[in-house]
Amino acid sequence: MSRLVPFFGFLLLVALFGFGIWWNTRHDQREVPSPLINKPAPAYALPKLDDPAQTVTREAMLGKPYLINVFASWCVACGEEHPVLMSEGQRIGVPLVGYNYKDEPDEAKAWLERHGNPYGLVIADREGRTAIDFGVYGAPETFLVDAKGVIRYKRIGPLTPAVIERELKPAIAALRKEAP
Amino acid sequence: MNAVFRRVLFALALALCCGALNAQAIDPLPFKDHAEETRFQQLTRELRCLVCQNENLADSNADLARDLRHQVFDLMRQGKSDAQIKQYLVDRYSDFVLYDPPVQGSTLLLWFGPLAILLAGAAVVVVTVRRRSRAQAPASNRNANDSSPNDEGDDW
Amino acid sequence: MTPELGQLALILALLLALAQGVLPLLGAWRGNGALMAVARPAAAGQAVFVALAFGVLSWAFLHFDFSVRYVADNSNLALPWYYRLAAVWGAHEGSLLLWIFILNLWTVALAALSHKLPDVFVARVLGVLGLIAVGFIAFILFTSNPFERLLPMPPDGGDLNPVLQDPGMTFHPPVLYMGYVGFSVAFAFSIAALLGGELEQAWVRWARPWTNVAWGFLSAGIVAGSWWAYAELGWGGWWFWDPVENASFMPWLVGAALIHAQAVTEKRGALRAWTILLSIFAFSLSLLGTFLVRSGVLTSVHAFASDPKRGLFILCFLAVVVGGSLLLYALRAPKVAGGKPFGVVSRETAILIGNLMLTVAAAMVLLGTLFPLLGDALNLGKISVGPPYFGFLFTLLMIPIVLLLPFGPYLRWGEKGGLPPLKNVAVRAGIAALACAIAAAFTTGWALKAIAGTAAAVWCCVGTLLYVLKRWREMPAGRRYPAEMAGMLLAHFGVGVFLAGVLLTEALSVERDVRMAPGQVQTIGGYDFRFDGVHVADGPNWQGDQGTVTVMRNGREIAVMHPQKRTYTRGQVQTESAIDAGVTRDLYVALGEPMDRNDPEGAWALRLYHKPFVRWIWAGGLLMMLGGFFSAADKRFRLRREAEQKVAAAAQESHA
Repeated sequence: MSRLVPFFGFLLLVALFGFGIWWNTRHDQREVPSPLINKPAPAYALPKLDDPAQTVTREAMLGKPYLINVFASWCVACGEEHPVLMSEGQRIGVPLVGYNYKDEPDEAKAWLERHGNPYGLVIADREGRTAIDFGVYGAPETFLVDAKGVIRYKRIGPLTPAVIERELKPAIAALRKEAP
Repeated sequence: MNAVFRRVLFALALALCCGALNAQAIDPLPFKDHAEETRFQQLTRELRCLVCQNENLADSNADLARDLRHQVFDLMRQGKSDAQIKQYLVDRYSDFVLYDPPVQGSTLLLWFGPLAILLAGAAVVVVTVRRRSRAQAPASNRNANDSSPNDEGDDW
Repeated sequence: MTPELGQLALILALLLALAQGVLPLLGAWRGNGALMAVARPAAAGQAVFVALAFGVLSWAFLHFDFSVRYVADNSNLALPWYYRLAAVWGAHEGSLLLWIFILNLWTVALAALSHKLPDVFVARVLGVLGLIAVGFIAFILFTSNPFERLLPMPPDGGDLNPVLQDPGMTFHPPVLYMGYVGFSVAFAFSIAALLGGELEQAWVRWARPWTNVAWGFLSAGIVAGSWWAYAELGWGGWWFWDPVENASFMPWLVGAALIHAQAVTEKRGALRAWTILLSIFAFSLSLLGTFLVRSGVLTSVHAFASDPKRGLFILCFLAVVVGGSLLLYALRAPKVAGGKPFGVVSRETAILIGNLMLTVAAAMVLLGTLFPLLGDALNLGKISVGPPYFGFLFTLLMIPIVLLLPFGPYLRWGEKGGLPPLKNVAVRAGIAALACAIAAAFTTGWALKAIAGTAAAVWCCVGTLLYVLKRWREMPAGRRYPAEMAGMLLAHFGVGVFLAGVLLTEALSVERDVRMAPGQVQTIGGYDFRFDGVHVADGPNWQGDQGTVTVMRNGREIAVMHPQKRTYTRGQVQTESAIDAGVTRDLYVALGEPMDRNDPEGAWALRLYHKPFVRWIWAGGLLMMLGGFFSAADKRFRLRREAEQKVAAAAQESHA
C-alpha cells in the first residue's frame, strides 16, 4: 500500500502543474498584487505638468473618487493604452488624473500633444520617489482612489475595454453604493 | 488587439532592461566605511527587483532598482534597522519583494515541510535498520552467491 | 540542403522510434525473438535520422539559411561560425533536438555495449528508451519544429542572445544534457527489471557504470553552468537557486543518492525497491526540469519562451512516463525485503542516512521552487522564495553527510565492524580540522563561515587521505586502488574542496562599486587596482568600450585587465567582465557607465571584486565528475558479465 504513495504524490504534482498552465493563460505572471488596496493613498505633493509652480496634494483631491493613471513618453505599452483612455476616459465617470512617471516634462508634453490628452489634470513625478510610495514598478498602472483618499483598486498593465467593463466599472459602482 | 499581445508588450517593456546588461547596477554610493557597504550589499541581495523579477536589487539594471537602492541607502543613513527597511519595502510592494519568505501562516508548509519529510524519512530509516540488524546472520558469512568476491581487502 | 530534409528525417526517426519502442517490448512479453531483435537495428536507424536532422539544422546555421525561422531568430550575418553552431541549441526548438540527439548517443552506446546481456533484458531497456524518444520527437514535430520556414526570407537575422555568446555556451548545454538524458538509461534498466520480475539479479551491476557516467556528466554540466553564470552575468555570483538551476540540481542530488544505493544493492542485495524508486525519481526530475523550463509555469532568467500548448504536451508526456513507471513500481517492485542484513554501525546504515539527507534536500528544493505556484493555486498570495531559504536549509541538511563522509570506507558491510578504526579516523581528522579552523580564525578575523568551511573541508579531505594512506600501506602495488574505490575517494575529496571553495568565498569576498578617474587606485584584498582609462574596441559582431585596469601587489604588476561594454548587432548591450583567474583567488572587474555621459575620458563607475578560492568550487565539482567516471571504469563491471549470463540463462531455464 505504501508503494502507492509516490504515485499519488506525483498525481498531486501533475494537478498542480495543470493548474499552473491554466492560470498562466489568464494571468500575467509578473503581476504583483498591491498591498495598498483598501489602505490610504500615500501623502503626495506633486507639481502640475503644465504649471510646475502649482502643487497638487492628496488632501486637495479628497471629496471625490478619481483615477490615477501612471504613464510616460518612453513607455511603449502606454502608447497602446492611450487610445482606450481617449475613447473611454470620459465615459468611465470619474476624473482621470495623469501621473507622469520619471519623464522629461518637455517630452511628456510633446507626447500628449501628439497622442491627445485624456486627462483632466496631469501631475509630474520626475524622480519617481513618490511613485515608490504608491508601489509603482512599471508603466502603465492605474489606481482608483475613493473620496476619502483610500486606494480601492489597482490595475497593473494597460487598461483595455474588457478590463474597464469587467473590473474598473464595478469597482467604481461599488464606491457609489457606499457614499450617497 | 488582443489581450495576449497587450500583455506581451507590457512584459516587453519590463523585460527590455533585464535582457540588456547595461551595467547600471554598478552604482557607487558614498559609504562611510566597509561595514556600511557590506551591510548595504547584504540587504540589497535579499531584496527582489520587481521589474527584473529574477534578479536581486543589488544586481538589477532596472531604473526602479536603482531608485530603490538609493532609497535603501537613505533609510540606512536615517538610522533604520534592516527589519525596518525591509518593512518599508514590504508595505509598498508586498512580501514578494523579500527573497527570504517570512515565517507565517501561509508559509508554514514551506518552512516546516522539509522537516516533516525528514522526520518521516528518518523514521523509515530507523525501522529499516532495526529490522535488518535483528535478522543478523552469523559473522563472516560469505556464501557462494556473493556478487562481489572480496579479494580487494577491506570488504570492498 | 533543404530544411525539409531535416523534417523528413525526424518523421522517419519517429517511425523508427515507434518500432524500437513497441516491438521489442511486445517481443519480450511474448518471448518472440524476432520482435526483440528489432531493438538494435531500430535504435541504430533512429540515431542515423536524428543525426541527419541535427546535421541539416547545423548546416542551415552555418550557411545563413534565414528562410528557416529558427535560424533567422537566432543568428545573423555577423555572428561568428562557432556561435552559429552553438546557436543550434540556443533556443527551445534546437535544444530539444539536442536532447533527442543525446538520447540517441546513449541508446546507441547501450546497444553496442550490451551484447553480453540477456536479450530479453536488452530488448526491454531499448524499448523503454524508444518510447521516451517517441515522446520527444513527437513533441518536436507537433509543437516545436526547428525547420519551420520563414517566408519571405529576411535578408538578415535576429541575434543569438549575447549572454549565450560565450565559450561556456558551447559547452554547458551538451554536457548538461549528457547527464540529464543519461539518467534515462538507469531509468530504462529499472523499468526493464520491473517488467521482467527481476529475473536477472545482476541488473543493478549492469546499471551502475551507466549511472555513474551520467552523474559525472551532470556534475560537469552544473559546474559549467555555474562558471558561465559567474563569468557572464552573475556579478560575481555562481549560484542563484534560480528555478532552472534547481531543475538540474535536483536530479544531481537524487543521482548522488542513487549511485550509493546501487552500490548497496549490487554488493549486498539490499534496498532493491529503493534503488528502483530512486532511478525513477532521478529521471522524473530530469523530465520535470524539461517541463519547468519550457512551460512558462515558473519565471526564470533562464526559461525558454513559454506556450501553453507546449506546456500541456510535456505535462501529458510527464504524466504518462512518470505516472506509468510509479504505477509499475507499486505493482511490481520487490515486496519482500531481500538481501543481507546489516547492523546499526555499518556502511549500509551510513549510506541510508546519506540517501535520506540527499533525498530530503531534493524534496526541499522542489518544494521551494514550486511554492510560488502552490501559493497561486491555494490563494496564499504571491510568495517569493530565494537563496535565504534554499541556502539555509540545504546547509543544515548537508551537515550529517559531511560528518559521516570520512567514515565511509572504514565502515564494513553488514555486521558491526570494529569501532576502533572509526575512532582513529575521527580523532585524526578532527584534530586536523580543529587546527586548521583555529588558523583560519586568526587569519580571517574570526569570520564564521571561513572557520566552518575550513573545518569541514579539512575534515573531509584529511579523512579521505587517511584512507588513501591506509590502502597504500596495506595493499601491494597494482591492487591498492581499484577503479571503483579510486572514484569514490576522488569524489569524496572533491566534496571537501567544494566546501572550502563555497564557504571561504562567501566569507572572504570583497565587492566594491567605485568611481575612478584615469590614474586613480583602489585597494581591495591587498591588491591595488589602477584605472587606466577607456578606449573604443570592437569584435566580429559587436562594438563597445574597453577599459584598462592594471593590478599591482606590493609594487609588482600582477595583471592587466580589460573589462568591456559591448553593443551587439541588434542593439543588445552586454557587459563583459574581466577576470584574472588564480588558484587561490579571482580578481574581477566590471565596467559600468561614465560618471558624466558626455565625458568618456573622465571618471567611470567600476565594480571591483576580490574573490578568494572561488575556483575551488568548480574544482570540487570536477573532482566529483572524475570520481563518477573512474568508478564506472572498474573492470569488475566488465568481466563478470559472461559468468552472469550463464547463471542467468540457467535460472531462466529452471523457471521456464
